[in-house]
Amino acid sequence: MSETHKDVLLTMKGLRIEGRSDEQWMEIVKGVDLTLHKGEVLGLIGESGAGKSTIGLAAMGFARDGCRISGGEIMFDGINMRETSETERRNLRGKRIAYVAQSAAASFNPSHKLIDQYSEAPIQHSVMSRSEAQGDAIDLYRRMQLPNPDEIGFRYPHQVSGGQLQRAMTAMAMACRPDLIIFDEPTTALDVTTQIEVLSAIRDIVEQFDTAAIYITHDLAVVAQMADKIKVLLKGEEVEESDTKSMLNNPTQDYTKSLWAVRSFTRPDQPPVEKGTTPVVSVRNVTAGYGSIDVLKGISFDIHARRTMAVVGESGSGNSTTARVITGLLPPRRGEVLFNGEALPPDYRNRSRDQLRQAQMIYQMADTALNPKLKLRDLIGRPAQMYLGLQGKQLEDRIKDLLNLIELEPDQYIDRLPSELSGGQKQRIGIARALAAEPQFIICDEVTSALDQLVAEGILKLLDKLQGEFNLAYMFITHDLATVKAIADEVVVMKEGIVVEKGPKAEMFQPPHDPYTELLLSSVPEMDPDWLSTLLEERARKASGA
Amino acid sequence: MGFLIGLFWLAAVIVASMALGWLFRTIAIAISPHGVAKEFRTMPLTAGFGLLMILTYVFVAIFAPIIAPFPETEIVGREYQAWDNVHLLGTDNLGRDMLSRLIYGARNTVGIAFVTTALAFILGSVLGLLAAVVGGWLDQFLSRTVDVLMAIPALIFALLLLTIVGTSIINMIIVIAVIDATRVFRLARAVAMNIVVMDYVEAAKLRGEGLWRLITREILPNAMAPLVAEFGLRFCFVFLTISALSFLGLGIQPPTADWGSMVKDNATLISFGDITPLLPAGAIALLTVSVNFVVDWQLHRASGLKE
Repeated sequence: MSETHKDVLLTMKGLRIEGRSDEQWMEIVKGVDLTLHKGEVLGLIGESGAGKSTIGLAAMGFARDGCRISGGEIMFDGINMRETSETERRNLRGKRIAYVAQSAAASFNPSHKLIDQYSEAPIQHSVMSRSEAQGDAIDLYRRMQLPNPDEIGFRYPHQVSGGQLQRAMTAMAMACRPDLIIFDEPTTALDVTTQIEVLSAIRDIVEQFDTAAIYITHDLAVVAQMADKIKVLLKGEEVEESDTKSMLNNPTQDYTKSLWAVRSFTRPDQPPVEKGTTPVVSVRNVTAGYGSIDVLKGISFDIHARRTMAVVGESGSGNSTTARVITGLLPPRRGEVLFNGEALPPDYRNRSRDQLRQAQMIYQMADTALNPKLKLRDLIGRPAQMYLGLQGKQLEDRIKDLLNLIELEPDQYIDRLPSELSGGQKQRIGIARALAAEPQFIICDEVTSALDQLVAEGILKLLDKLQGEFNLAYMFITHDLATVKAIADEVVVMKEGIVVEKGPKAEMFQPPHDPYTELLLSSVPEMDPDWLSTLLEERARKASGA
Repeated sequence: MGFLIGLFWLAAVIVASMALGWLFRTIAIAISPHGVAKEFRTMPLTAGFGLLMILTYVFVAIFAPIIAPFPETEIVGREYQAWDNVHLLGTDNLGRDMLSRLIYGARNTVGIAFVTTALAFILGSVLGLLAAVVGGWLDQFLSRTVDVLMAIPALIFALLLLTIVGTSIINMIIVIAVIDATRVFRLARAVAMNIVVMDYVEAAKLRGEGLWRLITREILPNAMAPLVAEFGLRFCFVFLTISALSFLGLGIQPPTADWGSMVKDNATLISFGDITPLLPAGAIALLTVSVNFVVDWQLHRASGLKE
């Protein structure tokens, strides 16, 4: 890679961006420098709030509502993006710089066909005619390895799967053969097996057209596969930047090292459960579903006190439905759920207050799981007041104890609203609310998947600590095998409503595996930059061999 | 030339209103406690003006007997007297003081409109939230009933009902409240439907919370913003309906002062180029516009819209 001036596509010097909150401007990007050469892929990583997306958008000379670019210089191929006219910028966007958003499902217009949305940019920029654009779309769909490339474009966004949609979006970004594409967490919302397909498709196409890219993500293993060099950001400032290999092997800054070390938390192995103990929760031959479709097809497993059962599966595998059956939101068609050996009434409305108290739930999205209009005092206090009959001083003390348990300073937080908390703190309130009922069993539905790795790590440690203190049984619904490795004692792997494999964690991560478990395990990205290439080669070899 | 002068006056009125709005906002920020002052700072000048006007109406309505120079229904002069020092706005078709009737009219018209709107809201939102939370046959029953009621044009339906039950203030309040409650029901149900599917409502259900608590603690606080905005709009519609009914002779009955019937009673003066009969109409228009200014501001805040 030569450092000649001609090769440089994008430079940012001392970029400063401010955001407006509470009537004043706060700096969210504090002087970041960035150089991107033609055909190069730069990975931007950092936790939420690090300013990654804001920098990505600034490369297009764009600032979100309520934000403004307040200082520094953005040069794109000799054009000063801050000084050029809005018309000129609009000309560049879509034609020479393209953007791929995190949620393709939310970014496509649901009322137009994919191929019409594909053609929009080339036609508007007068690069191609409609028929040329459509032919080109089909070609790109084929290169993106979409099934039925000739027909898929004529479907509406809701008619294709999430992974396909994300690839269609990447193809759309490629429509005008831009010089630069900004990928903003394009695979974060996808399952691991789908993620691989999208990653390899993106990588191939970027290589084929020699497009430069900024790849924004919080997942280190993903960025290791995609990027030539990596820039680590923290609170709007650069921590360090170097090429991928040296960044992975010897990071120099402490913060980077802490990011690398995140996946190291593992809870010690628990002694096996004694034979004959009654499980806290026992799911027996449960078949359940919506309408005429069975989502769960005769599943059974037991969860013991002080043990964590991870239920692993991708979207559509039925793991969330299992939670709905246990909580009684969805009465099963056949089978039953036992709690400490006693059958629970199938519908939650028929359960006693004590039965409801014993099984609590923590939700994936703390934003929608906490009533935004209630203060923490009421959110946490309500279960304690309702189930344990605490009043006045006793209740107040209990709320403060709970806040201490989840490591939030009671006096500071007790009268806050959920909107005044960070994502991780909200999730902690979800935990406190579950604990307030003094349950024996807690269902954790993807509790860490919406959180940054460091924050997620904190939540997992907290859950682990609480389990020891209160003798809790956990059911952990997740698709993230790193989480499983960290916290589970036993694992149930589900696919299409059937338990594919179950057993202690140690056995799960040792071969031999069920083929589906094997696929899941091998799809978890690793820090090795060659991991994706090796994996794809291996899979291709197996496929041709078989 | 006349056109230019008109334009000048229009501009002057707008500037004066905005200045009033600004003055009101500045004072409001200065005298209210910190939390409320923060809210006022987000207030555009139009909303400041609107709020000031609403407060003025409320003030006039409450203190009508003190402010008004003459009693509401007493004949104090000749018919159709012109504006002079004693009768500032002249007298009406029976020789009653126009200004006094205008002031008392604020009390009757605004007061009745407020009671009616409040009743419509209590009825409509309670049923709407119930329909959304309980669902099933109750939802079907309520929604279909509301559909049937809404299929009949509101004013004609009100005229019909009032002819059947007879014209009294109580009857009018109930009839208009029921008709308007159907609109509130639809909104409350639609808003609540979106909230019912949230995880925190599911969590509350699983906790074993009762229906009342679900509605008042979990759903209503989150549905408040659109309902408040609708309250403002609904108030205007009710207000106009009352005035329209009064104009048609089925609303507030004489000799009680009411803006709608005041327009009707003095309408002949318009042929002589006198603007006095238009004053009650102007009072209605000003209040309607003011309420809408405030509602716009609230809606803007609640929906998080940006400029």
